[in-house]
Parts: sequence; C-alpha cells; structure tokens
Amino acid sequence: MDGMQGMQTAPALPQGAGTYTLPQHRRRLWRGGLHGTEYTWAVAFCIPYMAIFLAFVIYPVLYGLWMGHSPALYEQLWEDPIYRMSIVNTIIYLAVGVNVKLFFALLLSGFFMRKQLWVKGLLVIFVLPWAVPALPTFLSIHWMLNSQWGLLDNMLWNWFHIDGPQFLDTSRWLALGSVIVAYIWKWMPFWTVILLAGRMAIPQELYESAEVDGATGIRQFTHVTFPLLANLYLICTLLSTIFTMGDFTTVYFVSGGGPALTTNVLATLGIRDAYTVGQPDVGMAAVMTALPLLIPLVLILMRKMRTAEVQL
Amino acid sequence: MSASVATPGRIRPRRTKNYRLRAWVTEGLCILLGVVLVIWSVLPIYNMIMVAVQPHGDVFTSSTYPVNPTLGAFWQVIDESYWYVEHFWHQYYNSLYMGAMTVFLTLLIASLTSFAVGRMRIRHGWVITNAALLTYVIPATFLSIPFYVIMNDYGMVNNIWAVIASLVTFATPYAIFIFLNYGASIPMELDEAARIDGASPIQVYWRIYLPLMAPAMVAVGTYALLLSWNEFLYQYLLLSSDRSMTVAVALAQFLNSDESPWNIMMATAIIYAMLPVAVYYMFRSKMSAGLTMGGVKG
Repeated sequence: MDGMQGMQTAPALPQGAGTYTLPQHRRRLWRGGLHGTEYTWAVAFCIPYMAIFLAFVIYPVLYGLWMGHSPALYEQLWEDPIYRMSIVNTIIYLAVGVNVKLFFALLLSGFFMRKQLWVKGLLVIFVLPWAVPALPTFLSIHWMLNSQWGLLDNMLWNWFHIDGPQFLDTSRWLALGSVIVAYIWKWMPFWTVILLAGRMAIPQELYESAEVDGATGIRQFTHVTFPLLANLYLICTLLSTIFTMGDFTTVYFVSGGGPALTTNVLATLGIRDAYTVGQPDVGMAAVMTALPLLIPLVLILMRKMRTAEVQL
Repeated sequence: MSASVATPGRIRPRRTKNYRLRAWVTEGLCILLGVVLVIWSVLPIYNMIMVAVQPHGDVFTSSTYPVNPTLGAFWQVIDESYWYVEHFWHQYYNSLYMGAMTVFLTLLIASLTSFAVGRMRIRHGWVITNAALLTYVIPATFLSIPFYVIMNDYGMVNNIWAVIASLVTFATPYAIFIFLNYGASIPMELDEAARIDGASPIQVYWRIYLPLMAPAMVAVGTYALLLSWNEFLYQYLLLSSDRSMTVAVALAQFLNSDESPWNIMMATAIIYAMLPVAVYYMFRSKMSAGLTMGGVKG
C-alpha cells in the first residue's frame, strides 16, 4: 500500500500546472543566497509578471467586486425569470456536461491503453476536436443542427425518412442538450489524454501481481486502476468544473442562448446584460453569483493539489 | 477444503475453451468502438468541409455530401472578392500578430519569473506562485466585464494590445508552472559553475537557462498560440472596427446576417483553423499530456 501511495505523489504523473513546492530540505541552490546586485536582478526579473498580475488581475477583480457590490442589483436579477432559468441551466450544464465528459474520458482512456497500432492512429483522429479552434467547430455544429438544412436533419431525412427535431429553435431542453453534447465533443479528447497519461504512470507490475491474485478485467479496474486514478480524477473534475463555469463560447455559438433566451448560462447572461443590454454592473452581478460555488471549489482544489502534490 | 483446491482447476479449462471466441468478440467490439469514435470526432469537421466546398445554393439543400464540389468559396476568401471577407488578410494578419505577440511575451515574462523563483530562489517566491495559481483558477470570462470597462476608460478599445494583455495575463500562470516543473530537472550546478566564472544573473539566464529550457519553451509557445486562436470573448468585446478586428470576430459577424453565406463562412473557418492544427500536430510529441493542460482554460 505504501508503494501505491508513493506512486501517487511521485512526479511520474503528467507534469503541468500544479502547486510548485520547494524541496523539503531547502537546499541553498545559489549557494550562500543572493547578494547585492543579484537580489536586484531577481526582483527585476519578477517585476513584469507582478505588474501584469496587479494591472490585469487584481485591479479588474477589485473593480468587478466594486461594480457588483450593491444589493439592489441582486434583487433586480432575482426578479428576472431569465436569470433564474440561467442558474438552473448552469447547474445542469456543469453537473451533466462535466461528469458525463469525464466518465467517458475515463473509460476511453482505458481503450486507448491498447497496444495495437490502429488504436494509436485512432488517437490522432480522436484529438482533432480539441486541436481545431473552438469557434469554427461550434459554428459548424450550429449549422449541423439547423432544423431545415443542417447535416443531421438531412441524414435523418435521406436515410430514415424521419423529419428531424428542431434542435435549437423550439425546445429549451433539446437546445441545452445540444450545447452539452457539443461541449462534450470539444473537450472529451483533452481529458482522455490527461487520464491516459495518468493510467500510463501506473506501474505494470501492479497489474501483473493483481492478475496472479486472480483479479482480471473489471476487478483490475475497481481494485487497481481506479484507486490510483481517483485523486487525479477528482482534481480533473474540480478543474473542469471551474473552467466550464466560465465557458462562454460553446453556449454563445451553439444555441446563442436561444430559443427565447432559455438556454443562457451565467457566463453568457452576464455578457449579454453587460453589453447587449448595456448594464455592466448587472452583468457583473450575474457572474458574481457564481462565486458561492466557485470559491469553495477553488479552495478544495488548492488543498487537494497541495496535500497530494499531484502534478497535473 | 477440497472445494477451494478444485476451484482453479474448474475455472482454467473454461477460460481456455472460450479464449478464442472471447478474443474475437473483444476485438470486434473494439473495432466497432473505433468506428463510432471516428464518426463522432470527424462529423462536425466533415460538415465544415462539406459546406465550404458547396456552391452557395447547394448549402440550402438536403444533401449529405457535396453534389457539385467546388473550391470557389475558398477563392472568394483568398482574393477577398465577397464583401463579408473584404478585409480577410488584414484580419488574418491581426490574428497572427496577436498570436505571435502573445507567444513572445508569455515566453519572456514566464521564463524570467520562473528563473527568479525556481533558480535564483528569490525570497517570498511563494507569493508569485500563489498569484499564478489564483489567476489560473479565475474564469477569464468573469473578468472580461471589468476588464472591458477599464480598457474603455483608458481608450484602449479597438487596440489589439488590450487583447494581447489579457491573453498574456491568462497564459503566463500556466507557463510559469511548466517552466518551474521543467526547470527543476536541470542541474543547479550549471548555474553555480557559471556564477563562479563570473557570469551575471542575466548571462546565466540567457546562456544557460534559456537554451536548456528549449523543449518546454516549444510546448508553452504552442500552448499560447492555441490559446490565442481559441479565445473569442475578449476579441469580440474589445475589437469592433473593421481594421482592428481579428478573423475570430469577423467569423462571428457572419451570424448577424439573415441569409448567411455559409459556404464562405466555413471556408474562412477552415483557413483560420489550419495554422493551429498544423502547429499542434507538428509539436504534438513535445506536448506531453500535462503540457496541454492549460488548453482548457475557459
């Protein structure tokens, strides 16, 4: 068991954004510390980033908090049925979109562990949705779902003589479902690759000894793979939820918030209130109502990343 | 007792008997899954190409493949002969300039910061890593409203540098993490040796650190380019004049008209998408899974 724990903390997992922790024994690397001009240089090296951080993160954050500080804004928002609908949509979008996407990504990462050459070739095609920029693909999906001349409708009509549903024009649930499917299409490959790297980091010997002990197939997954991937999976879920909360492009291009503004999420509603309606402070207040969900997620995420030292 | 001894003997022959059949079924199911995955992944891209090679009238028919394929729409985009794309190359230049500046500034700022924090071990370096982590988890969309108001106050609307500033802001934290992680694998003795030989910090940075960081620089550069190509909201909010807008904003504008020229729109989209796809597949081997992590930032 110790070995397994150690494996999770080792940097064998995919590298990337994680907390950067100094080595425990704090070896003095530039021996004797920094002296005189060296210290000045080090500070100078950090100045560009700190300037950017203060000017384009801290200042807008404070400005945004100030814009959305008045309680009257929230009363105004709450009376707006479109806003209440957007909250429900956001919750559905996050709960269904993120979890379905990651669950399939987890399963598919197992499929892509297969050794055949054609599976490796398939992976190259499979990451295509992620490699193509978001905007062109979402425009394409928007047109595919067109109720009269879209590709899906044409296929249903030509091959099965079914008059396809009006994906985006009449039903809120069909439109929201379309947005979620488009979202899964776009982002599943990426998370599959992440989880695939996590699986590859699991030493093969564990599977061999599990097989000797009689665990095959599904039991290898539940007793070896999943316990070792659980932490990575949780961090992926948290990160993905945070990123998806700020997702504007998918909803804006696939459904455009329609039909009749019923499929907006907080991000698109905020931008709509701020620019189309021309009330920046209302828009700011709308996105700020995501903070009660965002802040706990960020805190758990930072804690998870720190205690596990998982490097994503 | 005897039952537990008998168990392995009972199971083993059954497994070998069905082994061939099971292997075939598994293989068949895998191929089926593969086919489904290819269709799933390629369908919207097929749709993009199909619409782009159709003449305008054919777009509004119920065909599932291009009946009269033509590259006319691509030519109309390339020689800017349709009024929607009359500034196409200028807009493409804007996108390119924005992408290149984002890559350059992200690499410069993040490498300097990670050098000071990771190699020189500046005191209170944790403040910087935490600042970066904080930026990483703030949805950029949420900051766009105050960002726009501030840029408006400073008269930076329709200035591409406002967009570059936002892109660099959201790309650097991730770049810093990558550089810190990657830099940890480079032996510190190299820095010390150079220092004993009398190199100043800037020389160590330029002659030791940067050359050794080249693989990470390639990965982060690719990431920053993809980020700037994927980003839409800030460009949409900040760039609205014909001369300042990028291809992404121009593409979105197509949607405003009633009878959109979908074939030209999709041709524009394909030309726009070519560069990042080419760059991504060129450097795919360099972008290990973790290095692509930041690509999901919304």
